Amino acid sequence: MKNIADNSRRNFLKNTFAAGGGLILGFSWMGSETFAAEIVQNPALDELAFNAFLSISPKGSVTIFSPNPEIGQGIKTAFAVIVAEELDVDWKDVIVKQANLDTKKYERQLTGGSGAIKHSWERLRKAGATAKQLLTEAAARKWGVSASTCKAQKGFIISSTGQKLSFGELAEAAAKLPVPADVKLKKTSEFSLIGKTIKSVDNKDVLLGKPVFGLDYKTEGMLYAQIQRPPGFGQKLKSFDATEAKKLPGIVDVVSFGNKVAIVGKSTWQVMKARGVVKMEWTNEKELESDEMHNKIFTDLMNSDKAEVRRKDGDVEAAFKNAHKVVQAEYQCPFLPHNPMEPMNFFADVKGDKARLVGPTQVPQSAQGAVAKLLNIPVDNITVELTKMGGGFGRRLNNDYALEAAELSSIIKAPVKVMWTREDDMGGGIYRPAVRYRFKAALDKDGNMTGFMLRGIGMNAGNATRQDNFPVGAVENVLVDSLDYKSDITTGPWRAPITNFLAYAEQAFMDEVAFAAGKDPVQFRLDLLAKVKQSPVGKITYEPDRFEKVIKAVTEKSGWSKPKKGFSQGFSVYFSHNSYVAQIAEMELKKGKPVLKKVYAVTDCGIVINQSGARNQIYGAIVDGLGHAMYGNLTFKDGKPQETNYNAYRLIKYNEVPEIDASFVDNGIDPTGLGEPALPPTGGALANAIFKATGKRLYKQPFSLEGEEVEQML
Amino acid sequence: MPNYKLKINGKSSSVEVAEDTPLLWVLRDSLDLCGTKYGCGIAQCGACTVHLNGTPTRSCVLPVSAVGTSEVTTIEGLSKDGSHPVQKAWDEIDVPQCGYCQAGQMMVAAALLKQKANPTDDDIEQAMSGNICRCGTYHRIHDAVKLAAKKAK
Repeated sequence: MKNIADNSRRNFLKNTFAAGGGLILGFSWMGSETFAAEIVQNPALDELAFNAFLSISPKGSVTIFSPNPEIGQGIKTAFAVIVAEELDVDWKDVIVKQANLDTKKYERQLTGGSGAIKHSWERLRKAGATAKQLLTEAAARKWGVSASTCKAQKGFIISSTGQKLSFGELAEAAAKLPVPADVKLKKTSEFSLIGKTIKSVDNKDVLLGKPVFGLDYKTEGMLYAQIQRPPGFGQKLKSFDATEAKKLPGIVDVVSFGNKVAIVGKSTWQVMKARGVVKMEWTNEKELESDEMHNKIFTDLMNSDKAEVRRKDGDVEAAFKNAHKVVQAEYQCPFLPHNPMEPMNFFADVKGDKARLVGPTQVPQSAQGAVAKLLNIPVDNITVELTKMGGGFGRRLNNDYALEAAELSSIIKAPVKVMWTREDDMGGGIYRPAVRYRFKAALDKDGNMTGFMLRGIGMNAGNATRQDNFPVGAVENVLVDSLDYKSDITTGPWRAPITNFLAYAEQAFMDEVAFAAGKDPVQFRLDLLAKVKQSPVGKITYEPDRFEKVIKAVTEKSGWSKPKKGFSQGFSVYFSHNSYVAQIAEMELKKGKPVLKKVYAVTDCGIVINQSGARNQIYGAIVDGLGHAMYGNLTFKDGKPQETNYNAYRLIKYNEVPEIDASFVDNGIDPTGLGEPALPPTGGALANAIFKATGKRLYKQPFSLEGEEVEQML
Repeated sequence: MPNYKLKINGKSSSVEVAEDTPLLWVLRDSLDLCGTKYGCGIAQCGACTVHLNGTPTRSCVLPVSAVGTSEVTTIEGLSKDGSHPVQKAWDEIDVPQCGYCQAGQMMVAAALLKQKANPTDDDIEQAMSGNICRCGTYHRIHDAVKLAAKKAK
């Protein structure tokens, strides 16, 4: 913390009066581990010296600018709740605004990895508490009393004798005080807003159909564009003929860049129609990829001796040699498109060495940097304005579409919005990588796991394993290794990268091992966790106690130990993105056929900021996990994705979701992320429940490929 | 290009577009009514749902030339201030995550409630199962339709 310098203080006072008063508190959001706050003088974002701020107007409303891109994870609401809690302002007086990109002020302005809450928790609390302390001090001075005798309540400072001044009345006086060196934060037991059910701050815009998404953005003179990319991965543009297309009404230009052809016009439909008549020829220099080719590569790499060792504990060879029983299984999953409902799009207006970008991205700063490099213009000359996003699921961590818009605008020298159609979106790449796993477990004669092996093979997956995941830490002899194939098919993070499928494989395998050991799958894991608590083998990244608590809570809730007649349950538990989630999927026999009836989920994400937002994330992640485990399938032939719209690619629908019972562990621990952690365990819980109901083990996603019986289980 | 006189949200509008232009793009590009969303372009996801004389209709595959004298209602016309029971219920239940599909979901729900004041769970399932929500807000959509039915009384 630092006190405001005299010089800037004088500046501040002058400007404050000019601006009509109010307290504007800037604070360092992402920069360093220590919190720094300073009173700043001008509310215009681009003139601020800080990466975040809250302002209190003379009328008493509190505005907080949220730097993180909102993709539906509810961060905009959650951040504001944390500030409002420590500030003791009435929630109805809080306004939340999306901040645009500022690379000077924000060192990390992104949505990914479920990391925002964990990162910003203390910073946000201190910002609220600092403002409150300034307001309290201002009131105390007016009344000639000590600040310690005053308290804040719902937007007012109240003295011990009952005098009362509103935040709005105090804001200007508070702004003249130095920022305190230290502030007191509330005890968790004093929270009155955090942990309550709070509606999203964006509801009004969404429910009225306001044009808040990237695809809704328009500006004077803006042209519309679509881009034809190679239909197959590995193909190159040989030639194109746009003579006919250019004759069509509304078409402004057809240009080629970077192996693509862009059709530019005055409206979306005119562009779509013209796109259909541009003649294009594509070639390839090598064999185009297909599922058959991938299968062969997977098989070869599974038996390769060139794997990269990710973790080695003990002597795994000896453990398997001396094993009483060995369990082995292989699991595989296809590439998956992210399918956010709003397809990729971006607006760019490049003029000389300046560029203005507007649109949906999870990583605006890397868009800015990449455009600067691509067009060879200074980073400082590029502005990025953030729109609300119609989902992301990791797709918008890659800015390929923003770069296309910038490049196109620089070529045609006009403001332009590039829109991907659904076919472009599903066929154009950046997918969850296809992955295959082989697990091996060695059991002694008492059914104890003495050895554990995991090999992960990915298509552009990097490290397809997570080598420190449970049961690692509970087993003496471990070998985890991986291989990666450099495919022409572009991949990237997909909600809960790697673990979105690895968790299913691990949890289905653990179930199979427990069965082979003749043990209850829940008890089997609890026994392993007991070993970790006693003495962990090597480095562990999870806390066994927190694991245990969610496991016990979900088994109690679901009646695991006393199964009801006609019902079968499957169990799964996972630690990812710093949160713990245990799930039990419950199948019910309906007309002799097992159908998924209910999913119980118990989550430990530490303190729950907003019950409504948190529950929405748990429900959504489970629905997402079920849908993709059951139906998600993207296949390849001649380098081309075969399923490029919803008539061929199935997403889960309203009539296919089970009941969900979601609850949270109440432990007062600092909060962690929720955008991803409830998804990974879902596929495993479902697969294990299907095994209980049918005796059938599932090794491949999507499960629906197993046939009609499984396909109709949702 | 032909000229079309459309009745949208109680007002008449005139647009000059090709006859095969889907109503979706007329609304979004020509009339600045961007609440109606593009999701798939082939009537599979429901994000583009509007009312045509009260009937939920996929505007992404409806050519403007087929609209004729029908009354078109979009999300912007459901109410000016969010006071429609469906909008109020959607807010109260806090349905949206990303929010992109919700205009389409609400238009389907509003049409259902007009037709059936007291929809059963089966009625709701039948009506709502054609609209995709990638965020998976289906449970809250169910609760919100139920609440909207109560509010409409």
